[in-house]
Amino acid sequence: MTRMPFKTRILTLVVILTNVLGNFALSFGMKARALATSPTFVSYVSAFFSPVVLLGVSLLVIWLLSRMALMSWADLSFVLPITSLGYVLSAMMGHWFLAERVTSQRWAGTLLIVAGTLLVSFTPHKSQSEKKS
Amino acid sequence: MILQWTLVMLIVVSTTIGDLLQSIEMKRHGEVTDFRPSGIKAALIGFAKRPLLLWAILSMALSFFTFMVLLSIADLSFAVPATAGSYVVETILARLLLKEHITSYRWAGVMLVTAGVALLAA
Repeated sequence: MTRMPFKTRILTLVVILTNVLGNFALSFGMKARALATSPTFVSYVSAFFSPVVLLGVSLLVIWLLSRMALMSWADLSFVLPITSLGYVLSAMMGHWFLAERVTSQRWAGTLLIVAGTLLVSFTPHKSQSEKKS
Repeated sequence: MILQWTLVMLIVVSTTIGDLLQSIEMKRHGEVTDFRPSGIKAALIGFAKRPLLLWAILSMALSFFTFMVLLSIADLSFAVPATAGSYVVETILARLLLKEHITSYRWAGVMLVTAGVALLAA
């Protein structure tokens, strides 16, 4: 990998952060509220429209768009492994901020998934042609 | 635990259907190379004429809402990696339905992801 332009680095950071923070906000918002006590259809709908969940959805929309933009600037073989960092960061967020009990088994599972993503990213991304855009 | 894995399965299936339909339709549509506003507009009009694309979007919406429901009852550190199971199903279907060539490295990657998801279940 040659020196990456500054804008690509920034965008990569945006992709990772919006993914992790978006999922975190969703998780936080969906666990709060009266959902736990009365899981009815109405309480789910009201949870969907709670401020924290809407913030999470907005972050994930930015994630999707910034990821599409990043893919047009950088190779998929760069985007895939670097964004799989999101798995590890999500586990960390759960551990630190949501007081989840992340067992060593769960850490191992998460790391295996990241390893799998890394391995796939080392393979050619288009099987039929070698066309480089 | 059963309810959580049922939701994970629903997410995996709907994500897979969404991505598969999207891949089929986007390949029929052809590569999007023009990113000027006029080009994007033309591409969007082209997308609207692809019937399966609507189903793809509906599947992805279903997958997203199911993910939100899953987050209401499951840990974030469980939900995020568990839904990676879609990589495995998608790779197998890409081989079977899209006739993509999956190299041994890719299969190895898929096995690692499967092992990771299995560890979450254990």
